Amino acid sequence: MTGAAIAPPRVWKRPRLVEGAALRLAIFAGLVLYLVLAFATIEVNWQRVSEGLVRAARLFAGFLTPDFTSRWTDIQQGLIESLTMTVCATVFGIVLALPIGLGAARNVAPFWLYAICRAVIAVARAFQEIIVAILFVAMFGFGTFAGFLTLSISTIGFLSKLIADDIEEIDPAQVEAVRATGAGFWQVLDYAVAAQVMPRFVGLTAYKVDINFRESSVIGIVGAGGIGATLNTALDRYEFESAAAILLIIIVIVMLCEYASGWIRKTMA
Amino acid sequence: MAITIGETGARHWRLLTPGQQRLRWLGWLALVALTILCWRVMTADTIWAFVSDAPRQAQDIFGRMLPPRWRYIDQLWMPLWDTINIATLGTLIAILLATPLAFLAARNTTPSAALIRPVALFIIVASRSINALIWGLLLVAVLGPGVLAGIIAIALRSIGFIGKLLYEAIEEIDESQVEAIRATGASQAQIMGYGIWPQIMPAFATISVFRWDINIRESTVLGLVGAGGLGLALESSLNTLAWPQVSLILLLILVTVVVSEWVTAKVRKAII
Amino acid sequence: MLVIDHLEKRYKTGDRALKGVSLELGRGDIVGLIGPSGAGKSTLIRCVNRLVDPSAGRILLGDVDLTALSGGALRRARRRIGMIFQEYALVERLTVMENVLSGRLGYVGFFASWFRRFPEADVQRAFALLDRVGLSDHVDKRADALSGGQRQRVGIARALAQDPELLLVDEPTASLDPKTSRQVMRLITELCAERSLAAIVNIHDVALAQMFLPRIIGLRAGEIVYDGPAAGLTPEVLTRIYGEEDWTRTSPREEEEDEEAGLPAGEAA
Repeated sequence: MTGAAIAPPRVWKRPRLVEGAALRLAIFAGLVLYLVLAFATIEVNWQRVSEGLVRAARLFAGFLTPDFTSRWTDIQQGLIESLTMTVCATVFGIVLALPIGLGAARNVAPFWLYAICRAVIAVARAFQEIIVAILFVAMFGFGTFAGFLTLSISTIGFLSKLIADDIEEIDPAQVEAVRATGAGFWQVLDYAVAAQVMPRFVGLTAYKVDINFRESSVIGIVGAGGIGATLNTALDRYEFESAAAILLIIIVIVMLCEYASGWIRKTMA
Repeated sequence: MAITIGETGARHWRLLTPGQQRLRWLGWLALVALTILCWRVMTADTIWAFVSDAPRQAQDIFGRMLPPRWRYIDQLWMPLWDTINIATLGTLIAILLATPLAFLAARNTTPSAALIRPVALFIIVASRSINALIWGLLLVAVLGPGVLAGIIAIALRSIGFIGKLLYEAIEEIDESQVEAIRATGASQAQIMGYGIWPQIMPAFATISVFRWDINIRESTVLGLVGAGGLGLALESSLNTLAWPQVSLILLLILVTVVVSEWVTAKVRKAII
Repeated sequence: MLVIDHLEKRYKTGDRALKGVSLELGRGDIVGLIGPSGAGKSTLIRCVNRLVDPSAGRILLGDVDLTALSGGALRRARRRIGMIFQEYALVERLTVMENVLSGRLGYVGFFASWFRRFPEADVQRAFALLDRVGLSDHVDKRADALSGGQRQRVGIARALAQDPELLLVDEPTASLDPKTSRQVMRLITELCAERSLAAIVNIHDVALAQMFLPRIIGLRAGEIVYDGPAAGLTPEVLTRIYGEEDWTRTSPREEEEDEEAGLPAGEAA
């Protein structure tokens, strides 16, 4: 036996996400420090909370005995506003989102158009719907029109981006094949591009209807019409039974929308 | 289907049969009619004078917004800190609650498909269908205004989101890998650790970071209903029509969102 | 009928895919184009219908210089050139009939193609072609419901629906099993003979090429290194095209389909 043959026993350690014990410790300590600081700055008024628990119980009881009747005219009005806003904004949004999305696909549009459309999308997506709603309410006055514009902007931002990304991912061989037959630009769009992205597009649209209704139930809080305004009023007056009724209606409609959009996506695939 | 044989025996082709075609046109007609109807109902109460006045109003508002009141930024650091905390802590709580929920809801890991799975699914759906802002509204009414209401609102909304995506990821795992681990004689917990967890780890991390990014956006406006953060400052500036402050807050929100998006992209790249 | 004169292609990356390729095809001539991957086979046939724009040289189809065309004139020229693709490149979500009719896109206006109202003569031609390739029972099936061999038949029918004078065939058998490969090659050569169509067939499988194609052109690194009868493909010639390898021992079945075919000897097991 020579010395060279005596190798140290091989050790195995699991590879770590972050190599280096010191760095790992530092990251861990940083996280703990952050959590401590973050929790320390939460101001909780415990007296207020204990009062609140009573209200929570009332709210919960409200869910068990929702009151649909006493505010029914308000609820009905709010629902009609929310639904009409959803439909108009989705249709209007799609009409604008289609050309913008097409222009924002690098494999279809020339560069200048691509840059413009991507910029439009970025602007449309920059702010939360609520903030957009605040600005539109300030410009167009209270009511559904401001809400409609808000939802339209958000539809454009959402659909254009996803359509553009989808178009950029299509199978180029099919496009090439249709182009090789001597088809014109619009024919290539129809036969090779639309044929590939249409199912996804319909699915996304159905999904966006669903989202738009949910959002329409929120932007009412800042005065842009819809069921959110009714809900806000009910909570301000501490009418928890009515609030619970409104929430239940929202949940049911959202579930119906989700179910329908799921069904549409399945049949289109 | 769409092939018809003519009297002479010749074949003709249309993509759709006449019946299908009529149905398609009817569908489009119905959609147009519905849109017009909705438009008329929606705009019944619209005051068009305000709408036509909007460009002038917009000009007026933007005129007042500029330049932003830069010195106001000193009063925004604390709300910004709150906003980030609301998003981060809310996401963390949601992750802690949503992970077991997802395992209960996934068809292949649920202890009882008949009893526990429907309950878990209902919790997920209920949490998802109510916007964080509405959760905020409820919680402020219950707990009083403040960061705590914001954190819980974000957490409650995120449970459904994370839970849904996670249980779908769990249902899509490769069963043969689980089987292989089981074949070694591993216990249930070991199967979880070696067979299931490594498969859903990437999805888990991506979903969490993705939701954190969304939560940063949402927590910037939660203050509008009193749940703390930058939205609170926005609300008070709006109420006093202090437009130069509003523009500064909007700018800060924009920067925060862009930074969080950048962080998210970095983290995702590191994970994948 | 087709004259390619000193064709050059330099990609933006600086790669010279074609270095002065010249060849001539008469009416009804059918020629196999072989060579290692990256030799420029695909680029060469894509230059002919201008899916790829050549950098220099001329391509004459009849008396039209294809390299000078653009817009409508280019589309009219493409109608005269049918193309068959490697992975079929059918528009997966359209029906078989729509795929075949898409071969007529260069002839009909946009709105006719949008509403799928093709002239009756085109529809009858499509039926006849589907009869000829043996797919009359699958007219209304979606393209992605067919098997590989059936899809390639649809691809052939689509190319012939253009009523072309020239066929460009890009690796028609690369994703098919040996038996289907032979059937497809036989179908293509038969159809070319029936209609006295000229064709350029890109093909990896040397044995298959020798079996069906009378004239072979060997391309290596963007240059023609062999142009002659199929019988003239001696081991020396193959070495000139593909590089060193023990060609005498290569039975047709073992022919590699990937990049390794171009590597020097010693790589094969």
